[in-house]
This record gives sequence, structure tokens and C-alpha cells, in this order.
Amino acid sequence: MKKKLLSALLSVSMIAAMLVGCGGEGNADSKTPETKAPAENDAEAPAENDAEAPADNDAQANAGGSVYYLNFKPEVDEVWQEIAAAYTAETGVEVKVVTAASGTYEEVLKSEIAGSNAPTLFQINGSVGYANWKDYCMDLTDTDLYASLSDQSLAVTGDDGKAYGIPYTVEAYGIIYNDAIMQKYFAMDGAVVTSVDEINNFDTLKSVVEDMQAKAADLGIDGVFASTSLMPGEDWRWQTHTANLPIYYEFEEKGVSDADEITFSYGENFKNIFDLYINNSTCAPGLLGSKDVASSMAEFALGKCAMVQNGNWAWSQIAEVDGNVVVEGDIHFLPIYTGVSGEENQGLCIGTENYWCINSQVPAEDQQATLEFVKWMINSDAGKDYMVNRLGNAAPFTTFGDSEKPSDPLAKSMLASMESGKTAVPWAFTVFPSQDFKDDFGAALLEYCNGNMTWEDVTALVVSRWAEEKAAVAQ
Amino acid sequence: MEKTLKKYFLVFTLPTLVAFAFAFIIPFAQGIYLSFCNFTTVSNAKWVGLENYKKAFGSSQGFMNAFGFTAGFTVISIITINVIAFSLALLLTRKIKGTNLFRTVFFMPNLIGGIVLGYTWQQMINAILYSYGKTIVSDAKFGFIGLVLLMNWQMVGYMMIIYIAGLQNVPTDLLEAAHIDGATSWQTLIKVKLPMVMSSITICVFLTLSNSFKLFDQNKALTNGAPMNKTQMLALNIYETFYGKTGFEGVGQAKAVMFFIAVAVIALLQLSFTRSREVEQ
Repeated sequence: MKKKLLSALLSVSMIAAMLVGCGGEGNADSKTPETKAPAENDAEAPAENDAEAPADNDAQANAGGSVYYLNFKPEVDEVWQEIAAAYTAETGVEVKVVTAASGTYEEVLKSEIAGSNAPTLFQINGSVGYANWKDYCMDLTDTDLYASLSDQSLAVTGDDGKAYGIPYTVEAYGIIYNDAIMQKYFAMDGAVVTSVDEINNFDTLKSVVEDMQAKAADLGIDGVFASTSLMPGEDWRWQTHTANLPIYYEFEEKGVSDADEITFSYGENFKNIFDLYINNSTCAPGLLGSKDVASSMAEFALGKCAMVQNGNWAWSQIAEVDGNVVVEGDIHFLPIYTGVSGEENQGLCIGTENYWCINSQVPAEDQQATLEFVKWMINSDAGKDYMVNRLGNAAPFTTFGDSEKPSDPLAKSMLASMESGKTAVPWAFTVFPSQDFKDDFGAALLEYCNGNMTWEDVTALVVSRWAEEKAAVAQ
Repeated sequence: MEKTLKKYFLVFTLPTLVAFAFAFIIPFAQGIYLSFCNFTTVSNAKWVGLENYKKAFGSSQGFMNAFGFTAGFTVISIITINVIAFSLALLLTRKIKGTNLFRTVFFMPNLIGGIVLGYTWQQMINAILYSYGKTIVSDAKFGFIGLVLLMNWQMVGYMMIIYIAGLQNVPTDLLEAAHIDGATSWQTLIKVKLPMVMSSITICVFLTLSNSFKLFDQNKALTNGAPMNKTQMLALNIYETFYGKTGFEGVGQAKAVMFFIAVAVIALLQLSFTRSREVEQ
């Protein structure tokens, strides 16, 4: 009898141990438990709580359709939770918003969309993203969302010419500068130029930057540019954003919008600006492998450098740094000049990587509910207020009036640049073959900084990897 | 007793079996099936036969490089971890003052997660390399050394505990007999203690082998494969294939299946090799 009891106890403890084991494994599987878990918890708790109460009264009215948005941007997760609650309170439709941790969107989407409760609204980054997710993208051609686009060519279209992804914001990037430091430099004896307006090509930029670097101590900065973050996974500002310019000019020259092979003929121009970044920076080129984006934005916010390449989304990052010394009125954009002839007229790089798609494989009532939800976002006063003032989106829809534009300094600088008549550089990088290509490009840049690769090696790698990856993805 | 056990066999094992099937056998079978498919999500797979396996060995895949790096790392870390762990075990079975404190301290790193360790060591190694104007990703050899250091720091304590248990089980009459026969302490170690702790060696080598081969978190956090994927290990290579490129999920899956087979074969070979050297007490 005692033995029987013992074996019963043993099996109970075994089950217990096993359950605990499984729980642990589940965590390990997500690979980024420490970042993902809180985001998800935050995401689900408020959405669900608020959804319950009103849904009861109104459940019949909306025929059971619900919205599940898989949000791409962790920095605006809280706002989306608020939007979900507000929408549910107003219409009774349940809205759930889950946010993927930074850099894990594709992974989270892959696992979520395969589940029984798949996202009804998700986002892709352009035509490459569409190629990956076309089985899940609903035709949006006949929707209000598409009809309201101020420029319908912005939408992601399939081979059949129909619209499958609708951009919900446009963004810009360039060289962000701190005008306070620039003015200090302009006031010095022997300054190369006396106003930022005079910097309209690479040669001028270079001479200004090099002169400023020489006078760094007098200007009270560690270097002109913030550190060129090349830590693996933190190099997207260079292998994607800066790389956009040479590829754009190459495509322009050939009159194409995508290519299976490139010659990287404007690679020298990339080298121009990249060398300027790494040699006139707050740290030596050999140390860049340990720098991430956050640390370079912090350097800028703390006034240790005068310039940093990033986009208008960086404003919140700059503003949130403790001990931030940058005044809101002092930060503006400068286009990224690379020494291409005629670049005096070049503007910022403006485009988007954020397209809304509606899941074609969820029940029709959920699709309808989702369409209603996005319509509310761009038509109702409350929705528009969230879009512009809380999410900071420069929404490309006709439903937004002139007064309904974001007001942070970088967005203003972007809108000013769009209106100045300069040629905006579109985001050609949305056709870059794959993440692998970008990662290898970034790794090559790191090796170049470490002195283990020459520029010729980098160029050769970019050309060959582009062709290989384009061929691989086309299969 | 036998009879009642048989009678309740299902009751006791069914929950485990069901859970095992759901958490392990079914995903495993599905994984093998998916390695022959082209898929974006697991629910819309299309059969493509051996295509994925062919692609996995493509030059741009870096699979063989990762295999080479992993193998080199595994060899070095098996040797260093086991030698250090065994030496510590010898030291800490000598009834030195504070033995328990030492054992606890050496064991503690094993309780910290791999990602945390990876970032911590990255900072520490960078702090040293900074003074030479370099970082851990300046050269692949720094990444390699860093990984070995990190693995040693993490695993040595655990292996040490296993060796201590083994050493404490060596019968004292054998040691006494050796002593009386005039064996030096070196001879006692080689001829008596080592054969007697062979079963511990089997376990420790197995654990270090499989852990080193399957290393992921530490690799991802410490270097993430930089520079130029030269410090990328197999598990990370598979992960990058799966998530890094559109349409390569199946290739990643095929690599994972090959990875499983490789680990299983190597581990079984090692087990039969060290087992054959174990002696009955």
C-alpha cells in the first residue's frame, strides 16, 4: 500500500515537473521573452477589459466581427491600446492590439497568422513584404481606405494591378542637425560658411564638417556626427537608409524601379558620405561595432555631437533622453548629400515602409469590422486626432485637412522640405532583395571600418549579394 | 504489486504521453514534413521534395561555414570545460575550508540566462578591447575566444558538481589500497580515480557536447554572427535562414532536420565511446 502511494506521488510530481518544464520552454521559444512578454501583456489586458462591457449591449449590432491589429511600432503601443479602448467604447466592436517587440515583427506575424485567432489587420513593408504575404493580403481596391489616398500610386499593388497594401503614414530621413551648435560654429572666425542654407552639396558639407571636427573642442562637442552604429542588428541606418541614395541614382540613370542585378555605380558616393560619417565622429572607426542606435541618438540629445542621420520618427527618441539639451526649435533636417552632380536640388528621402493590409483569410465579418475600424481612424475626428497628434503620422489621406498635420519639429521640417520644391528621393530600399542582403551589407561596412575589407571588396560583395538574393527570392 | 502497476499503467502514464505527443512528437513529425515543403506559415505548406535540402548547401547559405565554426568551438569547449571542471572538483573534494561556499559560487553562473550572459560578456570583453581600439566584432577570433570563455564560465560549475559527486563515490578502500601499494597521487588519479568516475565523464562530455553544439542565445547576444557571419553557429544560422529571407522557411527547416541528425549521431557516437570505458564498481 505504501508503495502504491509512493508511485502515485511520483507520477503526480512528474506531471507537475513536466508542466513546469513546458511552461519554461514556451518562454524560451519566443527568443525575446524579456521584451516581448511585457508588450503583449500591456497589449492584451486593457483591450480585453474594455472590450467586454460595451460589447454586451451592442453585440448583435455588429454581427460578431472583431478587429485584431498586430502593431509594428513598440514606441506607440500605449497609444494603440487607448485607441482600441476608445473605439470599443464608441462602437462596441472589440479591438485587440498586440505589439511585436522591435525587430521581431515578421516572426510574431508568422506565428500569429497561423493561429486560430489571426490578426485581421497587419502591416507589410512594401513590395518585398507583399511578395511574402500575398496569400494573406485582401484586395483593397474597392474600399474607402484606398479611395481616400491622396496619391493612389503610393499603395502596394499586385501583378493584377489591384491594391493590397495602403500606406498610413509617410516618413522622411536625412541628416538631423542641432542648430544651436551650428550657429555657434557659424559665429566663429574662419567658418567655411555662415548659414545652413549654403550647405547644398557634398563638397560644402564635407568642408564644413571637417572644419567643425577640427574645432570640436571649442564647439564643446566630441565629434560632428553621432557614432555610426554598426552593432549587428543596429546598422539599418546605413545598409538601408544611406544605401537608398546610390541605388536610387542608379535606378534613375537606368530608368527602372527594380533590377535583378546592380552595378553599384554610385558606390563611390556612398563611400563619400560614409567616410565622412565615420571619420568625423564621436568615436574611432574601430569601435563602431559596439555602438547601437540608442547610444548614437543619446549622444545627439546630450549635445555631444551636432549631426546624426535618422528619420522623423527619431524625435520622440531624442526628446525622451534624460538630460536632453536639444531645444525643440533647434532641430532640422539636411538632405544626405553624396557628391552626385545636380544634388543641390535634392531633398530628403521621403517614403514609407508602413502599409496596412487586411487578412484575406479571416471571416468576412472580421474583415468588415476591420475596414470600419480603419475608416474610423482616417475619417472621424477622434481617429484623426489619434493619427496625427498621438501617433505622429503624416497621413497621406484626403480626409486630413491642412491643420491636421503632425507638429513635432522633424515632421515640420519634412513637410517644409516637401513644399520647398526640392526633389524628394523616394525609398528605393523597399525593393532591396532581402534582410540577408542588408545584413551582409552592414557586416561588410563593419569590416570596412575595422580595416579588414577594402572598399572594392565591399562593392563586390554588394553587387554579388544583390544578384544572388534577387535570384534566390525569385524562385 | 506487479498487477496493480499494470492496471494503473495507463492512468499514470497517459497524461505524460499525451503531453509528450503534443509538445514533442507531433511538432517533430510536422517539422520533418515541413522540411520538404515551401511555406510561409505552418498551415499553408506546399510539397517541393528535396529542393530545400539542395538549397541548404548553396554557397550563400553559410551552412558549412557555420558547421565548421560550431565543430571547432565544440571541440575546444569540451576540452576546456571538462578539464577545468574536473580540476576544480579535485580541489574542492580535499576538505579545504569554505568548500561549500566555493562550490556555490562556481555553480552560480549556471543559473543566469544565456542572453543576459551574452550581453554582459560582450560589455566586459569590449571594455578590455577598447583600449586597443578594437571591439569583439573586429575579428572573428575575438568572437571565438569570447564564446569559449563565456561557455566555460557558465558550464564549469555545473560539470564540477557532477564530478564532485563522482569523486565522492570512489570507494575509500580502493584509495587506501592504492596508498598502501605505494602509488603516487598522480598514479592514484590516473589509475584509480579516473576509471571510477568514467560514468560522470560520460555525462559531462555528453552535456557539454550537446550544449555547445546547440548553442544559440549566447551566440546571438555576444556577436550575432559578426563579423560577416564568421562567428555564426549552426542554430543561429538556421534561425537567420528561417526569418532573414522571404521564401526560405523551408530551407531553414531542412537545415534544422539535418542539424538534429548531426547532433544525434555525434552524441550517440560519443556515448558509446565513453560508455565502453566505464568500469563496474
